Amino acid sequence: MASEKHFDEVTGTHTTGHVWDGDLRELNKPLPKWWLYVLYVCILWSIAYWILYPAWPSLTDYSKGYLGYSQRAEVANDIAVAKAAQEKYRQGIANTALADIPKNPELMQFALAGGAALFGDNCSGCHGRGAQGSVGYPNLNDDDWMWGGALDNIHKTISFGIRNGNEQAHSTAMPRFGLDGALEPAVINDVASYVRSTGGLEADKDAATRGAAVFAEQCSVCHGEDGKGNQELGAPNLADSIWLYGNSQKDVVTSITTGRGGIMPAWDGRLDPVSVKMLTVYVHSLGGGK
Amino acid sequence: MQDKTKLTPDDFITEAAPGVARHDVQAVARRKATAATVAAVDAGPGKIALAGRQHVYPKKAKGRYRNIKSAILVLTLGIYYLLPWIRWDRGPGLPSQAFLLDFEHQRLYFGPIEIWAQEFYYITGLLVISALGLFLVTSVAGRVWCGYACPQTVWTDMMVAVERFWQGDRNVHMRRDAGPWTFDKIWRKAATHTSWILISLATGGAFVFYFRDAPTLATELMTGTAPSVAYAFLGIFAFTTYLLGGIAREQVCIYMCPWPRIQGAMLDRNSLLVSYRAAIGEPRGPHKRGDTWDNRGDCVDCKACVAVCPVGIDIRNGAQLECIQCALCIDACNEIMDKVGRPRGLIDYTTEHNLASATAGPRDGLKLLRARTLLYSGVIALICALMTWSLLSRSDLDISVLADRNPQFVTLSDGSVRNGYTIKIVNKTDEVRQVRIKVSGIKGIVTSMVGLDGADPVIEVPVADVRAVKLFVTLPRESRSELSSTSTPLDITVADTTTGVNSARRTSFHSP
Repeated sequence: MASEKHFDEVTGTHTTGHVWDGDLRELNKPLPKWWLYVLYVCILWSIAYWILYPAWPSLTDYSKGYLGYSQRAEVANDIAVAKAAQEKYRQGIANTALADIPKNPELMQFALAGGAALFGDNCSGCHGRGAQGSVGYPNLNDDDWMWGGALDNIHKTISFGIRNGNEQAHSTAMPRFGLDGALEPAVINDVASYVRSTGGLEADKDAATRGAAVFAEQCSVCHGEDGKGNQELGAPNLADSIWLYGNSQKDVVTSITTGRGGIMPAWDGRLDPVSVKMLTVYVHSLGGGK
Repeated sequence: MQDKTKLTPDDFITEAAPGVARHDVQAVARRKATAATVAAVDAGPGKIALAGRQHVYPKKAKGRYRNIKSAILVLTLGIYYLLPWIRWDRGPGLPSQAFLLDFEHQRLYFGPIEIWAQEFYYITGLLVISALGLFLVTSVAGRVWCGYACPQTVWTDMMVAVERFWQGDRNVHMRRDAGPWTFDKIWRKAATHTSWILISLATGGAFVFYFRDAPTLATELMTGTAPSVAYAFLGIFAFTTYLLGGIAREQVCIYMCPWPRIQGAMLDRNSLLVSYRAAIGEPRGPHKRGDTWDNRGDCVDCKACVAVCPVGIDIRNGAQLECIQCALCIDACNEIMDKVGRPRGLIDYTTEHNLASATAGPRDGLKLLRARTLLYSGVIALICALMTWSLLSRSDLDISVLADRNPQFVTLSDGSVRNGYTIKIVNKTDEVRQVRIKVSGIKGIVTSMVGLDGADPVIEVPVADVRAVKLFVTLPRESRSELSSTSTPLDITVADTTTGVNSARRTSFHSP
């Protein structure tokens, strides 16, 4: 360690006096003075910063700074500017009938971009980021609609929702055939076999035949004699390849026993009318719109 | 002892040889280090050694390398200040500046070449070539970049020339600086700094012209209507030019720049470096008329090499971190050698290999083709070839295909499977283009596009713009036997309906 001062002839520099491994020394190369002055300038800069900008926290507040700068205010201002820039398009959407929005490329582009953002914020929690849905939450990309896939149908569903108590919501529900004792478990099993067969799936033929009679009696009122459903009542098409709650025998039996019946909130009131319109156009554009 | 204010040139110089002045100068770097270290050690252990700056008064050199440096100075600064003003007609609606970095519209214009944001890899290629070029010249001839072409060197050189113009060359300048603050001294200093500031403003001004149409921006700058970012960058560059080129100079090279530390890895025993050839120079000493040159070196210890050095070192101490290899000491020494009648080249570009030999000439056995230089040249040539090929073969119609990933596919009610793709069509021409999208690779597929009627619509892409189209590809249930796996290759081609120019991408069709 620091033992003796040493002068290095080659570099013309003193060493720090530290020695490692017997002969390894560290040159005491000087720092330029201006380097230190830069540090002092930085310190002065930070003091000026404390005075001009928000800097010090207190228990309940913080120092506001002489310039009164606030990042939050800046963001609020940016948002206001962006909103003002959007106003022209939002007005356009407000004044245009739903069916006419896709005919106006400018409005359509704005509606799709805005709709995608609104969907991500409000709908993706249940329907998924890509509107792909999951068991019990419909996939909005496909062409199978329980309550109708035309622009007006979608607009109504988004506005008022499903079975949520809202006066204008879709409110019809499927009976709980099993839980309420309307049908015996064995009968439900037969009906499930029949429903699976209408959807093109393999099922026990005898059970399906027995179930067909029960279906005609109990189910066809809503789902139709051919099982193709009724969008007025939100009764799904049972004869297609899409199964909201799964297509195994067990899944179908559970649906008949409990009645299922998902709930969707009403967005009218939570979102402004223009936003609902943009969402409608976006959902309609996903590929299954009628 | 004379009064400090009445120093004469004789106080600074004596004679090293007949007609050769001897400069009373010690290399700044060495003197500074020694003095400061002593101060630090005297201050006691644990104290930081601090070195005050010794002002370097570089004497004007004359000779071949000074001329080369001046030519490069005029050339590089000429390019820098004038390039934004060269015009280039690209047609209506497009900028008419030959060299423009249009960040606002995400376009870079280099004469006939136009680079869009998604082609920024060309810039990466340029930077890689620049870095490798730097490695190559360094392995061949040391810090050629530092000595001749680095902006820090070029601007410092100009600032020093301006300083000489107002305050005189080394001796006059030193004498005036050592003297009292007379009116003569004050106005000369003021003129120097004023000139520096004007040069700095011109430098910052030229910089912003690269980013916005120069004549327009010049008018805006004059009338105070330019974007605030233009003023900010003008200010930043003006300030740094004044500070780094005018004031800090060699301090930037010694303390701030990382390149001197990196370059050591690129040098070897065959690199040409500005060196004092001790084998023919030593032993050094003053030489009187009529004295023999036997048993002594050619160096008359006149210190002309130290006096011209812009970083204040003595090249005779060997390779040093501070040395930017500007070769001005070669000019200074050659001038002296001519006067004393000894051969030129006591200080010269030579290799470490030749320095070790007493008889070798400065460039004997020079090996330019070495593994190192061949490798750098080879990689540079390869990247240049790749970039040229890529530039020549790029199309003015380009597409990118983004397959929907969430969900990857959608099963429809009739059991068919649908995939969605976002196709971005880039039209780099200055005409509206009409294109068609063709999808192939799987038998039986049906296509449709959002907002467009029919299976094969004509799509218009605006001038120099990008248009995104949402494409749905549906495979009917009965055709699902065409699929061999859950991911089947699918080709998407966009073709111009009139010229037939096309661009194709391969993507995948996903299925359960």
